[in-house]
Amino acid sequence: MTEIIVVTSGKGGVGKTTTSASMACGLARRGKRVAVIDFDIGLRNLDLIMGCERRVVYDFVNVINGDCTLKQALIKDKRIETLYVLAASQTRDKDALTEEGVRKVLDELIADGFDYILCDSPAGIEKGAHLAMYFADRAVVVVNPEVSSVRDSDRILGLLSSKTHRSANGNGGVKEHLLLTRYNPRRVANGEMMSVGDIKEILGLDVIGVVPESPDVLAASNAGVPVILNDDSTAAEAYSDAVARLLGEELPLRFLEEPKRGFFARMFGG
Amino acid sequence: MGLLAMFRSKPATANIAKERLRIIVAQERGSRGGPDYLPLLRRELLQVIHKYVNVDPEAVQINLEREAGHEVLEFSIALPEKPGA
Repeated sequence: MTEIIVVTSGKGGVGKTTTSASMACGLARRGKRVAVIDFDIGLRNLDLIMGCERRVVYDFVNVINGDCTLKQALIKDKRIETLYVLAASQTRDKDALTEEGVRKVLDELIADGFDYILCDSPAGIEKGAHLAMYFADRAVVVVNPEVSSVRDSDRILGLLSSKTHRSANGNGGVKEHLLLTRYNPRRVANGEMMSVGDIKEILGLDVIGVVPESPDVLAASNAGVPVILNDDSTAAEAYSDAVARLLGEELPLRFLEEPKRGFFARMFGG
Repeated sequence: MGLLAMFRSKPATANIAKERLRIIVAQERGSRGGPDYLPLLRRELLQVIHKYVNVDPEAVQINLEREAGHEVLEFSIALPEKPGA
């Protein structure tokens, strides 16, 4: 059984691609066959975050148009055996993605026996975002503890419950999860930032992961190595936990509190 | 937190954010799936009311209630304490 998961948010810059890359790696590391697809047509980015930008020959739109086979376009990850990337096209043609085309590619991946297909959605609520979520069984809604991000994710939740294949065909709807990124426990403790509880309460959804704000995320994108592969990063541990929860494991949320610091760090540290 | 920052407390704005979001999300969920003309209707209604009473834009609330078989569109307009004030 293949499960199609959309990683979406509405607002840009909240960490969709970072999350897609890390969750894809996390699932593949657990032996699952995973394909991660960049739906941001015109603004290809997932390849950079995955570190395979120089190996892109064919892309998503090439496959849809029949310029190449799906096998030719799938980029096999060099670190994890069972992980494949399908890059976005850089065309400026807004109609390059079609519902039929996307369905064809997804059906072929399903027939090929992939366990998970991750759809990395573009920001906004235009066609690319719509098609990224349309065939999804599950959605990971990435949200920052900040007003515009929370409001936009609520808008996305509305679309997930009305404008998807599952909602239209009464298949029980898309299963939705929240994933908080850029979480700063110190600022939450000071009352400067909304807490996990606040956001859960406003959106009324279960939280599949809380990723603390971390310099490791930028370092990971600089290097083209998804942050989950960084063994001594709290962000990596948080993503690994989220992957485990996605697979049905029950784990308590971690990194919700500021790590204990010494006396001098508290007195003089920033 | 540095020594100085300990004495200079920042206002706790997280609660403000939460309260604002609670209101706007409830409002947007209420109109979700409703007819597309609702926002325009709301704006035009406000213009008409404005001819007679100076009401606050936020004083006009539209509620769409769905019950079995029918929908009820409910308008509530809070008038200012003194008309024209």
